[in-house]
Amino acid sequence: MEQPNDTDLTETGLAPRHSGSVLLIACGALAHEVLALIKVNNWQHMDVQCLPAKLHLYPEKITAEVARTVEDHRDQYQSIFVLYADCGTGGLLAAKCAQLGVEMIAGPHCYSFFEGNATFATHLDSEITAFYLTDFLVRQFDAFVWKPMGLDRYPQLRDTYFANYTKLVYQAQTNDPALDIKAADCAQRLGLAYERRFTGYGDLATTMERFAQ
Amino acid sequence: MADDEDIILSELSDDELVLQMHDDLYDGLKEEIEEGVNILIARKWTPYDVLTKALVAGMTIVGADFRDGILFVPEVLLAANAMKGGMAILKPLLIATGAPRMGKMVIGTVKGDIHDIGKNLVGMMMEGAGFEVRDLGINNSVEKYLEAIETDKPDILGMSALLTTTMPYMKVVIDTMKEKGMRDDYIVLVGGAPLNEEFSKAIGADAYCRDAAVAVETAKAFMLRKHNRASA
Repeated sequence: MEQPNDTDLTETGLAPRHSGSVLLIACGALAHEVLALIKVNNWQHMDVQCLPAKLHLYPEKITAEVARTVEDHRDQYQSIFVLYADCGTGGLLAAKCAQLGVEMIAGPHCYSFFEGNATFATHLDSEITAFYLTDFLVRQFDAFVWKPMGLDRYPQLRDTYFANYTKLVYQAQTNDPALDIKAADCAQRLGLAYERRFTGYGDLATTMERFAQ
Repeated sequence: MADDEDIILSELSDDELVLQMHDDLYDGLKEEIEEGVNILIARKWTPYDVLTKALVAGMTIVGADFRDGILFVPEVLLAANAMKGGMAILKPLLIATGAPRMGKMVIGTVKGDIHDIGKNLVGMMMEGAGFEVRDLGINNSVEKYLEAIETDKPDILGMSALLTTTMPYMKVVIDTMKEKGMRDDYIVLVGGAPLNEEFSKAIGADAYCRDAAVAVETAKAFMLRKHNRASA
């Protein structure tokens, strides 16, 4: 499958191929990782539909969009799985998925499942002042952080948003020196210390492996 | 909102100045708001009237446009910052003139959570609405909440959380209040992006407040009920 570009993933998502028996409904911010796992494992029976990553700017819309997508495709696939964590829906997405009879990936957000939910939970208390970015969010930093927070127009708001944070943790899914440099620049722009932490695909890989059975 | 390049605030009539201040709040112009507040005070307005007619009324417009998707968080923060400038001038004057008090609130972000933008907005709007507010800041344990409500004896406890992982801590606080037999002595309001009405009910809060404007209206409604009960 051709690699989608990040702007499309942010704005419109990714349409499914309409082939295969299993549909994964994923956040656009996970598209590259999901496609990479499908390719490396040769899971040809898996199809992917990504919803626009920018839905994360309006988490109250995620549940309805996921539910609508499940209903739209229910008759076309043997099974459907949801690759959204809670993602700020306050448990509403989990409740809706249970009601629809579809399983979703566990965890509060992708920062947690990329690192592994169990590992992430061990440093919840000691890392409350960390601001996390993933590969996708480093690439899309301006679209997801800088502009929506108005920092392009009102740089004086930076400390209003970030005064309580101390460091930016770049959770690297891949080893890409260019992203490392960009993430360090993001930290500098936000006035935060910088830490790179390689996570790989974490629980996303093990969860998809289970969904592929 | 308005092209105010050539506007000299001190030359405006009272009505024009108040409308201009609404515009200036909308545009987040802190210095202009401070100037407008000082002009109205110099014209012998009561601090309470300046607060309600110029600042709170202006922020009500900001809040409505935020709710309707016309304004976004950055613009609301700038407006709040401008209001904060005006409030700093008015606060000592309000205390000195004995302006009407609606009640008292203790507010804080829960343990494990450092997000305070929404909480700060609520605190400021509650002050604007005549509530005395004690802000506990961020990352508050149940012990800190309990100590504050025992010391300050507020009418309302407000708890805020931005994270799915931290919002369950609100239940810890409420359950502890129940264990100590003090839950019903306080109105408990909760808010934060991942929260919703169902969660609020499930943890035993009195109400979920979607935004700062709703928090103020909810707090006022509960205080009215409390007074009605007391006088019945």
